[in-house]
Amino acid sequence: MFDTLSDRFDGIFKRLRGKGRLTESDVDEVLREIRTALLEADVNVAVARRVVERIREQAVGVTLSQALDPSQQVIKIVSNELTNILGGQTLKITYASRPPTVVLMAGLQGSGKTTNSAKLARWFKSQGRHPLLVGADLQRPAAVEQLRVLGRQIDVPVFSEPGDPVSTAARGLAEARRLGRDVLIVDTAGRLAIDADMMTQVRQISEAIQPDYTFLVIDAMTGQDAVSVAEAFHQTLAIDGVILSKLDGDARGGAALSVKEVIGRPIAFASTGEKLDAFEQFHPDRMAGRILGMGDVLTLIEQAEQAFEKDSAAEAAQRMMDGEFTLDDFLDQMQQLKKMGPLSGLLGMMPGMPKELKGAKIDDDDLKPIEAIIRSMTAQERRKPEIINGSRRNRIAAGSGTSVGEINRLVKQFSEMQKMMKRMGGMSMGKKGKKKMPMMPGGLGGLKGAMQGGLPAGLPEGFPDMPFNKR
Amino acid sequence: MPTIYLVLIAVAIVFGVSVLLISRKRAVGPADRSPAITVPGAPGPIPTTPAAVAEPAVVAEPAVVAEPAAGTDEGIEIFERPRFRDRMSKSRAVLAGVFSGVRSRSGITAETWDDLEEALLRADVGVRVTDELLNGLRARVASKEIADPEALLAALQADMIGRLSANERALRFEPGEPDEPNVWLFVGVNGVGKTTTIGKVGAQQRQLGRSVLMAAGDTFRAAAAEQLGTWAQRSGSELVRGSEGGDPSAVIFDGIESASARHIDLVLADTAGRLHNKTNLMEELRKVRRVAAKGRGRVTEVLLVIDATTGQNGLAQARQFGEVTEVTGVVLTKLDGSAKGGIVFAIETELGLPVKLVGLGESIGDLVEFDPTEFIEALFSE
Repeated sequence: MFDTLSDRFDGIFKRLRGKGRLTESDVDEVLREIRTALLEADVNVAVARRVVERIREQAVGVTLSQALDPSQQVIKIVSNELTNILGGQTLKITYASRPPTVVLMAGLQGSGKTTNSAKLARWFKSQGRHPLLVGADLQRPAAVEQLRVLGRQIDVPVFSEPGDPVSTAARGLAEARRLGRDVLIVDTAGRLAIDADMMTQVRQISEAIQPDYTFLVIDAMTGQDAVSVAEAFHQTLAIDGVILSKLDGDARGGAALSVKEVIGRPIAFASTGEKLDAFEQFHPDRMAGRILGMGDVLTLIEQAEQAFEKDSAAEAAQRMMDGEFTLDDFLDQMQQLKKMGPLSGLLGMMPGMPKELKGAKIDDDDLKPIEAIIRSMTAQERRKPEIINGSRRNRIAAGSGTSVGEINRLVKQFSEMQKMMKRMGGMSMGKKGKKKMPMMPGGLGGLKGAMQGGLPAGLPEGFPDMPFNKR
Repeated sequence: MPTIYLVLIAVAIVFGVSVLLISRKRAVGPADRSPAITVPGAPGPIPTTPAAVAEPAVVAEPAVVAEPAAGTDEGIEIFERPRFRDRMSKSRAVLAGVFSGVRSRSGITAETWDDLEEALLRADVGVRVTDELLNGLRARVASKEIADPEALLAALQADMIGRLSANERALRFEPGEPDEPNVWLFVGVNGVGKTTTIGKVGAQQRQLGRSVLMAAGDTFRAAAAEQLGTWAQRSGSELVRGSEGGDPSAVIFDGIESASARHIDLVLADTAGRLHNKTNLMEELRKVRRVAAKGRGRVTEVLLVIDATTGQNGLAQARQFGEVTEVTGVVLTKLDGSAKGGIVFAIETELGLPVKLVGLGESIGDLVEFDPTEFIEALFSE
């Protein structure tokens, strides 16, 4: 839907090419694009202005080196700046010397407090702690019931009683002491930031239980309002950290940046799915790329790791690089790919994808005819597609319910793909590639470096032979 | 090392497959396969299917909205309609300062434009709509049509109202055979207030003298059916629920059949919140929509519930849900917070979806029909 920042830069930098140095007015133009990108990602207007000013200081006078793409240089500056804002000190949980460690959950209605209370409890459990959940949201019908169900799912006890939320929270604390639970998580009622009564109530709860940590749950889809919400809660409660919920949507999540910048408290956790284990500590570097619309390679890698069978993938990759990748491998990998989720979602996460692909609507059902074609081939044909002649083509077309033209296209595309893979293989192996992927020790770590700032090491340039580039 | 393999594989395969699919699509042409396929990179909004836009029922048979029956008066008495101005006080506080700054200058200066831009952006109107609004005004200022700040603000206000004025906003209820209930389906992402909205709509419809059945199609979220049950009890509505984790289509279908058998006027169907980029969940919803139309009832509204604090992602939500479920209108909840709900401009103008209801508070009567003029006046007033 949105152009990525690098797309925006393309036009500008085409004109700048050949210049040795960015002038003030060049920088202005670039900064305007950066500002628009930030605003489209829902970064708060005032925060965007401050960020852009800081980037200006760094960008003026940047020497444009001939070797490096100037737009990538600027993107790197922007991305580093965002990462700095989002990162900084991370929240380290120090457990109270006299248990339980008390955690208070606050946030707007529908931001995901109840679900994230349970997710946090599960996280504490995975750290070897013994949490107790307290349902102090007596406002929303069945909120406590929801917490109880979630508590059962993660095998964490839930305490609640009807009546007054403040005394319920206090009783919960006593209950935790009695049961010897070492972490107490108190879920509170959602509220609108302006509601004075409700803000008073949550402050009273806070005073009653004296939390060690107060977390503010913020919806990643929140717009400009995130800042006023965060400020209001911070004034009332002194927030220690933020939990960013619904990060598995396609919102750019500029709210995270705004909140961090305004209240100066770290984003501690991010909720990345509906399942209770979809909850992790926050990665500032990924978020920076996401806000700028530069794809989320690291998440892609993680999904790949979960979905692909490592051995067969490694084998296939080896064959791919040697140019021995067959249609059988292709079919096999396509099956695994489907496990990673819908194709269109994957495309969105890949950085440096050409526009034609990014904007494309791809339905997973479109894969079916391709599968049918390959399945209608003999083993020999799959290994060596070049033997497919006219009569074989007719047979395959009849067998798969497609046309001869489609088979031709598949075979042609496949051979293009083979070439491309071979080249990528050469590149990453460092045989003769101009841009080596720094991938030595630690695998993922090295890659993280390479991908930082969403710079896809030579990816878009790596596919010059693909047909749509010729159009 | 294996990680590198995986990345290579993933990148190559995703890329390869996509290229293959796109070149196939190009070659096969538009006559083939699903109608939703658009030319990649085409500018502008993705058109929804024709069915989503066409509203034949309105023309053919005037929809009965507020029945001038005995029950109505009673309803009005109980739900005193809140004013946008009162409930959106916090929104105003943020913008009012900007507008008074604009008014205090003797002429229209560069700062004036900066102030207006900032105000619109802070209201979540979005970069594109803001640019469109301000560029139009700049031209009129340049041609001396608008000369002073007061006239500029008035023109902006009029333009903004103009952008929201085109649509039919009343909830559509078509009286039919007693065994053909109207069905209103509620969809949206997680946590926007679907269940609460159903509860309030149900209570209001009961006040209008209609019998209501609530179908607890949210079988995913823990205790969602209990929450809806509480609302059903409060409003004197029937409730049909399935087992947790069950098939939502089946629950809603059962609800409609049951309403038909018992001659209930209106079925309010809840669905589980889902993020619009989750293909499998959206497919589930597509099925819900399809199945809802199969029973004895008629689906006369598909309402997308959006949280007023939502930023630019709201447009993506409206687009996806619109494509999958033929959304007929939007419910904007939680407008009484400090949120300003500016995303409705993009949703209405780019997708042509009318905002039908807004939530201005916690009580049942606080869910009211959207009034663009009042909404914008509330944003502008000091």
